[in-house]
Amino acid sequence: MSGSGGVLAAEPFIRWDWVLDHTDDIRSNLWEHVQLTVLAVGIGFVIAMAMALIALRWRAAYGPLAAFCAAMYSVPSVALFALLLPFVGLGLWNALIALVTYTLLILLRNIVAGLDGVAPEVREAADGMGYERWRRVLRVDLPLATPSIIAGLRIATVTTIGLVTVTALVGEGGFGRFINQGLSRQFSTEIVLGAVLSVAFAIACDVMFVLAERVLAPWARSKAPVEVGRPGALSLARWSRQRRVADA
Amino acid sequence: MPEILRQMWDYLSSDAAWSGNRGLPALIWAHVKLSALAVVVAAVAAIPPAVALGHIRRGGLLAVSIVNVGRALPTFAIIVLILPFSLRYGFGLGFWPTLVALVLLAIPPIFTNAYTGVRDVPPDAVEAARGMGMRAGELVRKVEVPVAWPLIITGLRVSAVQVVATATLGALVGYRNLGTPIITGFAQPSQRGELLAAAITVILLALLTDAVFALAERRLVPWRRPAGRQADVTVTAPEAAVP
Repeated sequence: MSGSGGVLAAEPFIRWDWVLDHTDDIRSNLWEHVQLTVLAVGIGFVIAMAMALIALRWRAAYGPLAAFCAAMYSVPSVALFALLLPFVGLGLWNALIALVTYTLLILLRNIVAGLDGVAPEVREAADGMGYERWRRVLRVDLPLATPSIIAGLRIATVTTIGLVTVTALVGEGGFGRFINQGLSRQFSTEIVLGAVLSVAFAIACDVMFVLAERVLAPWARSKAPVEVGRPGALSLARWSRQRRVADA
Repeated sequence: MPEILRQMWDYLSSDAAWSGNRGLPALIWAHVKLSALAVVVAAVAAIPPAVALGHIRRGGLLAVSIVNVGRALPTFAIIVLILPFSLRYGFGLGFWPTLVALVLLAIPPIFTNAYTGVRDVPPDAVEAARGMGMRAGELVRKVEVPVAWPLIITGLRVSAVQVVATATLGALVGYRNLGTPIITGFAQPSQRGELLAAAITVILLALLTDAVFALAERRLVPWRRPAGRQADVTVTAPEAAVP
């Protein structure tokens, strides 16, 4: 940080021999990156889903819940690590709590938008067929909200993958470990490697979610990832037709 | 927990906290100065092409791609990646690499929102303006940009909050600001008082930035309360703000 930077300025930006010599590090950092991402998005999803169901039951709760998540979202990650430090110290818990916090707003908004997008006629039809409230939510509302929920998971996952690199500052980091070590050793190969692998991992996950949506919600093709799908009555008809075809 | 609060109290009641180039006022000023400059540079660079593309209603794919790339690129990586280039081409540590990284981060929300805002101006309004004999330049200045204002300001707001948050990481590449005591504090338990004080200050600064832009939105766009409309590729609060 305070060094002359002589090494950084003289070396080539990337030394392939170093990369080839460190495939074990790449593997272990990838594994850590995957674990942190999956845990953060998984735990965040459970919490956000609980919040969304609370908001579905008590409409008035949505405003305060969303405001809380939004406020947490605007807390800079480095400051959040610092605030968590007295409670959980450095390391896994610090990183994980911060990562989960940042997924909440994205997931909550998308789950609620998806549930709101269910056409009233569909709800009425389900009620008319004798579905009880929570059974209808489980069997009708949530399946129809799938595209929006997957869009939320997609954004949350890609964002989390980027954020995982910052957790190198509290001793975790996945591919961020390369970036952090490259910084302290003034070695650009590690910095470039960490950045490129993190972006590649994010793109891979993004593509995976597009494919997942095609499989799980074939009635709604998402073009833009920010788009919030609104399946209407027509799509439900198409969806059930496809289901029948698939079942036959 | 009480221990760290005592450390923070000791720090805040010492002279070191309030004076010199390591005191909180100097750190806050360095933080605000760099953030403001980054947002202004990004706005100057992003808004004209966004408005032009929105006016001719081309480049939707570009707008979506910029948002996606912006989301996938780790801010941490950008700030650190700039460093080897900065050193190689003689810009050194600190101010310049941090500024360049922050400008790059600030561009996507500003560009995308300005583009979408202008593109989605109701066709009726555009047609009416043309019918009144407005030429392209006039149409942009008097109709499209004013109608797009709410989204343009939202873009600036998202960028500004994100920049204030991310400027913290500038401490890693030698730019002394509110991030410096935090980064130092992670490594040195004796500096935890400074760490907590700086962390709370950064959080307040981010929330204050958000509030200032919210206020500006109300003042400049009195006919439309914020959070009114969300088009397909706009960047609203959940898209940003985290370094």
